[in-house]
Amino acid sequence: MTAVAPTNSPALPDGLVVVVKRDCETCQMIVPALVDLAAQRSDVVVITQDDPSFPTSPIPTFDEDLALSWHLDIETVPTLIVREEGAEVERTVGWQRAEWQRLTGVAELGDQLPTMRPGCGSKSVDPDLIDELRARYGGSVLTARRIEVADAEDEIEFMFTRGWSDGLPVVPPTEERVLAMLEGTNRAADDVVAVIPPDLAPATVEKVAIAAVMAGCRPEYLPWVLAAVQAACTDEFNMHGLLATTMPVGPVLICSGPGTRAIGMNSGGNALGQGNRANSTIGRALQLVVRNVGGGRPGEIDRATHGSPGKIGFCFAENDAESPFGRLASEHGIDDGVDAVTLFAGEGTRCIVDQISRQPESLARSIAASLLAMLHPKLIMAFDAVLVIGPEHARVFAEAGWDRSAIVAGISEHLNRPGSDLVRGAGGIEEGLPEVFADVPSLPKFRDGGLMLTYAGGGAGLFSEIIGGWVNDEVGSKPVTRAVTY
Amino acid sequence: MTRTLLDPTSERTVAERARLARPSSVDGLTVGLLDISKPRGDVFLDRLEQRLVAHGASVKRYRKPTFSKPAPADLRHEIAVECQLVIEALAD
Repeated sequence: MTAVAPTNSPALPDGLVVVVKRDCETCQMIVPALVDLAAQRSDVVVITQDDPSFPTSPIPTFDEDLALSWHLDIETVPTLIVREEGAEVERTVGWQRAEWQRLTGVAELGDQLPTMRPGCGSKSVDPDLIDELRARYGGSVLTARRIEVADAEDEIEFMFTRGWSDGLPVVPPTEERVLAMLEGTNRAADDVVAVIPPDLAPATVEKVAIAAVMAGCRPEYLPWVLAAVQAACTDEFNMHGLLATTMPVGPVLICSGPGTRAIGMNSGGNALGQGNRANSTIGRALQLVVRNVGGGRPGEIDRATHGSPGKIGFCFAENDAESPFGRLASEHGIDDGVDAVTLFAGEGTRCIVDQISRQPESLARSIAASLLAMLHPKLIMAFDAVLVIGPEHARVFAEAGWDRSAIVAGISEHLNRPGSDLVRGAGGIEEGLPEVFADVPSLPKFRDGGLMLTYAGGGAGLFSEIIGGWVNDEVGSKPVTRAVTY
Repeated sequence: MTRTLLDPTSERTVAERARLARPSSVDGLTVGLLDISKPRGDVFLDRLEQRLVAHGASVKRYRKPTFSKPAPADLRHEIAVECQLVIEALAD
């Protein structure tokens, strides 16, 4: 195999480089071969990772700070590298006698040794050391301003004081943690992800990674956070408006696809609640980007009258693998099998209890009756809704053969009312539609596409949940779905 | 040991800008009234227009396409060029 010379590599002479450590039986086994090799070639450098006295011959170079191992990208010991004209041309890992003989040109090298022995993990990829090494030798990709925390200061309190927190403790974004977070994506740290309202400040992958660390994300969640930030900062989604509004809404993240299971998201019991790290931190990371990069803070641009608990971060997975009616992302043109996140400008959740209906028509009427009251019983079409159908309600529809469009149609049939019921003053309520609608015989609660279905929840419970929306379409926000890229 | 954190903010230093001095009178000035498209904002602005005209100001009316998004750059430019003062109505 050929390898590219690592950048910033300490100078090494041309010839053969062997990297070993004492704490590796294969390395100990090949010492006679190394002695033989040094006797036959004068251009052999042995680098030892853990003990300057190993091997006793040939005399090794001690890679105490693991800088050589890091820059040579050593994953396994022993590794044999061939260098020509200042660059690596070939390497082999572990002990493979034929390969060592071919690369060194020493025909009988190690003939007394077994044909093959696998190597051991390099000390430079030890899980206890790698984050520190990455920060020490890979930190140059980070361009964020460095802020010193004095000895006597508690770093958690320091971050509260700086205004970086959403009210809960945040994880300190150290170089080690942010570099580890960046391992979660193939995107470059300086790549601009989106321009964040309200300050319209550009957020790089690095800034998003910092927020993800602070929120408590693991590196494998980062692609989801990046997709959510991109979806939020579109003209259609209108994150600026979501901040500025007096209504209690925030971005609701609905994730689906095989990647949700790979990162351990919860789409089952308590999916909309606490206790799952990915669900709890991905939505929070987006809100921390908006807060810290965009400058969107309560009492400033965020003018919510009440807000909602979901504004800390509202994110859950759809159980698309078991859904009897597909997934929400398919309504927005995402192909099956593609990981995707839908952002919806939503308030909190409202439970629909119907423990009796076993006929789909009855359940559809129940759900419709509950939906009619959303935000206000007399206000229509200006607000969308996401309906989170629980498994036991979904089963009622599935057993009757109702698919996604049949469920939406079956519910929508009972969402129409005459304008005379909805105008201002009707029912003794001043709120309502302008008088001009009084003669319209039938008006729907939702615009076309304004009632979206998703499937989540688990265990027992004949329940579904309504997530009410905000002002929709061009005036306010449209739901935005983005595929997750890695 | 001193610990180092990475700045999570946009690292913008917000320059404080001094406000313009308030005029002692609106007489002879052009006042822009920006309706942000909230219901009944026009009621408020109609009344303001009456009061301003009575004080000798001339009034120009503007309207944002939607209250939920920032005013378009062209509209902001138009107001800046045509008016000495602007009042933005936020009403429900």
